[in-house]
Amino acid sequence: MNVQREQKIAFSILFLCTLLVVVPVMIILVIIFVKGASALSASFLFEMPTNGMTAGGIFPAILGTLYLVLGAIVFAVPLGVLSAIYLVEYSQDSFVSRIVKLAIVNLAGVPSVVYGLFGLGIFVLFLGFGASILSGSLTLGIMILPVIITSSREALESVPQSFRIVSLSLGASKWQTIRHSVLPHALPGILTGTILGLGRAAGETAPILFTVAAFYLPKLPTSLFDQTMALPYHLYVISTQVPGIPENVRYGTALVLLLLVLILNLAAIILRYQFRKRKKW
Amino acid sequence: MQIRKIKEFFIERLIFLSGMMSIVIVALIFAFLLKEGLSIFWRVPLSDFIFSRNWYPISDPPQFGILPLIIGSIVVTAGAGIISIPIGIASALFIAEIAPRKTKEVLKAGIELLAAIPSVVIGFIGMVTLGPFIKDLFYLSTGLTALTGSITLAFMAMPTIVSIAEDAITAVPRQYREAAIAMGATKWQTTWRIVAYAARPGMVAAVMLGIGRVIGETMAVMMVTGNAALIPHSILQPVRTLTATVAAEMGETVQGGEHYAALFAIGIVLFIITFLINAVADIYLHKTKK
Repeated sequence: MNVQREQKIAFSILFLCTLLVVVPVMIILVIIFVKGASALSASFLFEMPTNGMTAGGIFPAILGTLYLVLGAIVFAVPLGVLSAIYLVEYSQDSFVSRIVKLAIVNLAGVPSVVYGLFGLGIFVLFLGFGASILSGSLTLGIMILPVIITSSREALESVPQSFRIVSLSLGASKWQTIRHSVLPHALPGILTGTILGLGRAAGETAPILFTVAAFYLPKLPTSLFDQTMALPYHLYVISTQVPGIPENVRYGTALVLLLLVLILNLAAIILRYQFRKRKKW
Repeated sequence: MQIRKIKEFFIERLIFLSGMMSIVIVALIFAFLLKEGLSIFWRVPLSDFIFSRNWYPISDPPQFGILPLIIGSIVVTAGAGIISIPIGIASALFIAEIAPRKTKEVLKAGIELLAAIPSVVIGFIGMVTLGPFIKDLFYLSTGLTALTGSITLAFMAMPTIVSIAEDAITAVPRQYREAAIAMGATKWQTTWRIVAYAARPGMVAAVMLGIGRVIGETMAVMMVTGNAALIPHSILQPVRTLTATVAAEMGETVQGGEHYAALFAIGIVLFIITFLINAVADIYLHKTKK
């Protein structure tokens, strides 16, 4: 009987701990949705900030973030997918592949602000791109590379070995096999990883601090070499650097950023779920 | 036929080069940190840089001692660890072993959601809700303290700890549980003494990766810790971490100057710390797989 009671108490404690993790998430979401919803309007989303950012919209920040994220993806996805193909299809379990994997693990663990320093050193200064969308995109692209590689690897590894054997036995070359028998089946998984990478890139602030982000720039960027405002940095600026910003503008900005990231993550989760359900092998 | 062979030759070279890219990038990151940061050690010896208590980068003459920043990082990280490790491991046990299937899916989605929230949003929420709460609770002049930072960061470490520990727990072979139950152990005894015990290496990896995330976290910590570069006497005082210092001060520096180099040198310190943590965590993760 004593053992049963011990079990009950233990399970209750574990349950409470789980609540401690999950409930605050809900509270955070609710606070931001409730307090931010009143700020959301077409003019908030599609107009320039005015009056030293205390009024008007956040359009340049939204657009800037979209540019940065697209740039990061254009750079990181081809590189990440090819890198995953190397690891899964080409490398034997050699010393080299072990080192590559260790490098990926470490890239995933590098602090975001160190990526910012790296981007400043190599893109802004050494390659002379200046503080620009190009520098910011490349920095973000390198930061999400481990996400893309890891999910592409999982996707490629989940394609059964027999697919490759059949294709090779019909006389296809190694690359033809990968291109026509493996990649199409790995595509949903790769796409999921890409969307997760998008979400990560959209929300990061530290890597763009020194490489692209403009404090206040009420005009839209016209080239890859322009600076731009960005949503996460804008939220940081209006909540810590500039006094007297109305509360609903701050919560509204947080809400827009949160919605952007959550929608991307939700899309990835749904895609993954559909993919798993549809899988026939 | 010939053309195709040539095409494939180039594609395969391209794949190989992309495969090597991760190594190249890690090397480049380290090289550029060294290139920009090493010059500080001509002026400030390494031991002074790390063990001197004065971080006054813009006084005349400037002083570059990162000890208060290191202590700031350690205090905030330790606090976050004390909060997040037991709660995270307990949640992982609950989700992996006890929760019914449906609940499990919902909880896992909730944890994924937490991982997805950008750190600047978490920092913002910590600043406007937790800060004032701490301030009122302890009658302080400011609510932006080491404690506020620890609590905020604990939540950012949670998704890493829970999801990796949960994977490790789920990977424990079924037979272990069956054998324990067959011997008359209760579900709790099995969970705690057999499953959790067997999953230890994975849990160690989970904790290390969670701590790695906390040490490297920048925006949230900059927004909630108050940013005073002094050695704190209690967790209710403001502190400044290594990461926050780099992020907050880089904008004011002159490129190539001493302050600029000192911030890159902090980057070197951060890079080495996280590199070691991740390498050790990786070793533990491979232990579980065997």
